[in-house]
Amino acid sequence: MTGLSWTRVLAVLIKEFKQLTRDRLTYAMMLAIPVVQLTLFGYAINTEPRHLPTAVLSQEDSRYARAITAALKNSLYFDFVGEVRSPADLDLMIRRGDAQFAVTIPGDFSRRVALGDKPQVLVEADATDPSATGGAVAALAALPDQALAHDLKGALAARGQASAPFDVVVHRRYNPEAITSYNIVPGLLGIILSLTLVMMTALSVTRETERGTMETLLSTPLEPIEVMVGKLAPYVMVGLIQTAIILVMAAVLFHVPMAGGWLGMTVGVGLFITGSLALGFLISTVARSQLQAMQMSFFYILPSILLSGFMFPFRGMPAWAQWIGEAIPVTHFLRVVRGSLLKGQGPGDQWRELLALLAFVCAVTALAMARYRRTLD
Amino acid sequence: MTLAIDVHGLNKSFGDKHVVQDVSIQVAQGRICGFLGPNGSGKTTTLRMLCGLLTPDSGSGQALGYDIIAQAEQVKLRTGYMTQKFSLYEDLTIAENLQFTARVYGLDRRRERVEKALERLGLTSRRGQLAGTLSGGWKQRLALATATLHEPRLLLLDEPTAGVDPKARRTFWDEIHTLSAEGLTVLVSTHYMDEAERCHEIAYISYGRLIARGTAEEVIANSGLVTFHGEGPNADRLAHELAKAPGVETAAAFGASIHVSGEDRAALEAAIAPYRGQGYAWTEAAPTLEDVFIQLMDRSRDNIQ
Repeated sequence: MTGLSWTRVLAVLIKEFKQLTRDRLTYAMMLAIPVVQLTLFGYAINTEPRHLPTAVLSQEDSRYARAITAALKNSLYFDFVGEVRSPADLDLMIRRGDAQFAVTIPGDFSRRVALGDKPQVLVEADATDPSATGGAVAALAALPDQALAHDLKGALAARGQASAPFDVVVHRRYNPEAITSYNIVPGLLGIILSLTLVMMTALSVTRETERGTMETLLSTPLEPIEVMVGKLAPYVMVGLIQTAIILVMAAVLFHVPMAGGWLGMTVGVGLFITGSLALGFLISTVARSQLQAMQMSFFYILPSILLSGFMFPFRGMPAWAQWIGEAIPVTHFLRVVRGSLLKGQGPGDQWRELLALLAFVCAVTALAMARYRRTLD
Repeated sequence: MTLAIDVHGLNKSFGDKHVVQDVSIQVAQGRICGFLGPNGSGKTTTLRMLCGLLTPDSGSGQALGYDIIAQAEQVKLRTGYMTQKFSLYEDLTIAENLQFTARVYGLDRRRERVEKALERLGLTSRRGQLAGTLSGGWKQRLALATATLHEPRLLLLDEPTAGVDPKARRTFWDEIHTLSAEGLTVLVSTHYMDEAERCHEIAYISYGRLIARGTAEEVIANSGLVTFHGEGPNADRLAHELAKAPGVETAAAFGASIHVSGEDRAALEAAIAPYRGQGYAWTEAAPTLEDVFIQLMDRSRDNIQ
């Protein structure tokens, strides 16, 4: 032992710093990650979403009914996306997720207000993600006292004074007790699959390049697609086993409802696993080292967690962030999983999401095949 | 005479670096051709073009009768290629590496072939050992066994014995000669002169150009080099001074003696004349392959500059 020598420390420090600057991509990523992600997530994430899509079934066309929808709109929490004619249509919009809220104003509403009968306005909320609806539901409490204040005049003015002229009944569908884990646990399936599958495959090909075994592989008659299928197949198994474990744990430990929708779920899981693996393979054809492959995987994982609706309500994000979110397969997969498990959606409700996943699989596979070089050129 | 390799005018550039320039090589079937040249001279690139790992920018030719560009897949099927760096799976066992290769080439009688290869290597009892735990010499022998498992007719070896001890190198070369005797054509790159001398013929490449061809004797004879061998008190210390003298192309110490070479006999004799009297004994010697290569290297560098 000769004690601490600052010259020697400096020698190591300078070496490290130089090596860092040699690896351009690592360097660029280190600067880009905070800048891109801070701007992206800083502006995109909003834990109290407003302007939630709301459908209305107004069974009477009255001043009062219009006053109620206007009051809802003024609260900024609700945006009306459609006026439907029947309870069945309303139900469909909620089930498909086209509307987060469904408001039903009964047919004899005006008459019962006039009679002092306290009619009920039914607000059904899609509570699969309790945090997405919390603020809006809280805002509903003030509705009965204020909505009709301007419209109750003359003899009817008294109706609004002693107590509210009507009641709002909130019905939290799919997750009546607002249990967060019902939403998080199915979402975790998407995140865990992405994390393991994308990274594992990204590393598996890069490892061959780094260790020099790629050169041997290329000198054999192996075709690119043979390499890809052979490399990815074991991970399909890994993905399926992970899915099974997570689903069993979700049911046993977290009592997540298994509402059905197994057909859409199965197709969705299959597409998502394939897409994640193909993406990992694509990353490996770009990355020059395992470190770069790891970084690229993280670059993909972070928005998958933050912009997919896994952690924060998708509808709370500004439009541009929602577009980015739509491009991430996890977003669509989460909708399929939550839709199946919590809402019992069938493939008819999920075809858009499944189609998006299929498009992702095709695009990424085509890109990966185009990028995979059969020679060392 | 059937040519196993017959390529003409191969060119390859990476960016603005012209790595291989107009290289033409012919190797007759069953011959061992040593591929020599300084580091970065284009040997690896040429080997990779021959086995379809790289596409030449221009040039054409055949390997085993198949067009190296249009029929690269056919060439691959019949060629064994051993990379410079050990490139088997270190986390697979010896037997598993062989089995993998056997499957990739879709070989029949897989079990039998793998057993035979293990036996030939003398590794049957260590079949379950991870390839990564083998010593350098054994790794190279395993790599050779893997590269020849599918009974190729052409073997391309890229510095197969770099960093391997002399005994293991000898074993390795004995195997190459055995294979060659069975009709296999071998193109092997190396930096070792003793290995070059074990080849049937040699090809010397420098700065991407092929500058000498033939058997070792022919290459030495064609060099026109004259060599003197000097012995005496501290003869080896003279190398530095003599190297600067006009007419001396190379001067190198060998133990306590010295070796000087040059093309111009008169100039060379004039250069050593001052040292003749002072107790040094000079005798003319046959130039070694190494002398020739250093001369070739210097000359091609002069041509480039």
